[in-house]
Amino acid sequence: MMNDKVIACSALTKKFGDFYAVNKISFEVDKGEIFGFLGANGAGKTTAMRILCGLSYPSSGQATVAGFDVYKQQESIKKNIGYMSQKFSLYENLSILENIEFFGGVYGVARKEIKERSNTLVDSLGLQNEAKKMVGSLPLGWKQKLAFSVAIFHRPKIVFLDEPTGGVDPVTRRQFWDMIYEAAASGITIFVTTHYMDEAEYCNRISVMVDGRIEALDTPANLKKHFSAKNMNEVFYQLARGAKRTNE
Amino acid sequence: MFRDRRTLLVMFGLPVVQILLFGYAMTSEMKNARIIIADNARDVQTGQIINKIKASPYFTVEASVVNYKDVEKAFKKGDVKCAILFPSGFGNDLLHHGVAQVQIIADGSDPNTAKTIINYLSSIITDYQQQSFPAATLPYKIIPETRMLYNEEGNGSLNFIPGVMALILMLVCTALTSVSIVKEKELGTMEVLLVSPFKPVMVLISKAVPYLVLSFINFTLIVLLSVFALHVEIKGSVFLLFAETTLFIITCLSFGLLISNTTGSQQTALLICMMGLMMPTMVFTGFMFPLENMPLPFRVISNIIPSRWYYIIIKAVMLKGLGFAYVWKETLVLVGMTAVLLTIALKKFKTRLQ
Repeated sequence: MMNDKVIACSALTKKFGDFYAVNKISFEVDKGEIFGFLGANGAGKTTAMRILCGLSYPSSGQATVAGFDVYKQQESIKKNIGYMSQKFSLYENLSILENIEFFGGVYGVARKEIKERSNTLVDSLGLQNEAKKMVGSLPLGWKQKLAFSVAIFHRPKIVFLDEPTGGVDPVTRRQFWDMIYEAAASGITIFVTTHYMDEAEYCNRISVMVDGRIEALDTPANLKKHFSAKNMNEVFYQLARGAKRTNE
Repeated sequence: MFRDRRTLLVMFGLPVVQILLFGYAMTSEMKNARIIIADNARDVQTGQIINKIKASPYFTVEASVVNYKDVEKAFKKGDVKCAILFPSGFGNDLLHHGVAQVQIIADGSDPNTAKTIINYLSSIITDYQQQSFPAATLPYKIIPETRMLYNEEGNGSLNFIPGVMALILMLVCTALTSVSIVKEKELGTMEVLLVSPFKPVMVLISKAVPYLVLSFINFTLIVLLSVFALHVEIKGSVFLLFAETTLFIITCLSFGLLISNTTGSQQTALLICMMGLMMPTMVFTGFMFPLENMPLPFRVISNIIPSRWYYIIIKAVMLKGLGFAYVWKETLVLVGMTAVLLTIALKKFKTRLQ
């Protein structure tokens, strides 16, 4: 396995009985890359992500994340990644600072560091006045931005984003992606899944999963050329409409 | 409507279970009460009375001894619920002096049961009197002297306090722990915790510890109230009482952890704990209705209810003033239950991740 790649999978498979949720997928992700992991609902994205996050064992195949093996080194993987999902970001009944303290502590960031970095974080988001307020009182877009900052607080090698901008207005989404660019520029690899095809254009490379397999893997520009499509929406539509399983 | 199985279960299942439970458990009759007989007279008369007791379905003779010390021991061990003691020369006194005494002792830590037992024994004696000396010219009289052991004042609600303690701890600890874990699942925060370096076992522990502390405080409050407001004194070691209670709280927390693994919604968790557990706990702990009265299947089931064992321990320590030597068996049962529950809960928790 190539250890200088931040993520490397080879013939990764996960089956439940006779059902192949993930069927021999292979790909690599470079450091600092923004990698879009696309697919219809039920295509196997979430299952694949769970394996990469060290939450579940593959049935067969190989994968390393941040240089650690997904079979034997799940704990090391967890320490070196960040995670954020649409469903949840932070504890609503804790304040912003308390949330940062909690997650910082969980990932082993030293107390002093937590203090310094949290001040920087709050300043950079312009939330100085809200720092002690409950997260639950923030509007959704702010919560998601905050959650992203917390997810990379411990400077992980990769951050996994599971549909992070769901339900957020376009302006906030743009701001969110600005933050993602910044993180990528500082060397953090971004692994993001999304249903917004315009966001797919922001990625360095994209893979599209259909029925458990990767049917396309390339830069957005190349994909559009290959499928003679005007935008990623059309690319996706051409790939996904042949899918046999959808799991709305 | 039929697709919502869970609600159906609650709607029909719970009431049915409750009626069965209450129907079979609730009887003010007392059957198979274990009695120990100390016969110092060993004459025809005592023999006849003892035979009546043996023949009665209300009593099971546990042993026949001579010494009062053996009687005391049997009560301490919890082997018997009552005792009847005949002084030497009983028959003689009765035939020649027209008056004889007999002592009836009942375990007063269960006052209602004790009173019923005393009544039964007294009526057996009265029966015997009337049968053996029907047309009495001399008023032959057997005077029973009764004692309620551990509860001389005859405080009727004595056994309720330990019983209620057991019930409250069991329901509250289980409900709170299970709801809090399910809440994390519902909110989605569980996912984030699991992705982090936080080990699964630590997640469970960190959920349980706050409730351990809170329940402990809760228990302290209950004890203070019992002692100062209800005037129930703690006859045994306070340290032992709190130690055993801590163990029981941990058992209940483990049970709560297990329940949290089986459901995905807070509502269901709460429903299962509060309503589903309440009736069985009340019935099978044995403080509302004596366990001896219930049909065999019930008595078997009651063995797996943790509060039943805790109730025995708490009665022994609080009301009877007994030491660890008398409750080590029940303590061991609780420890075993906790170990099993925790293992299963942890395993289920980990499997869910895969």
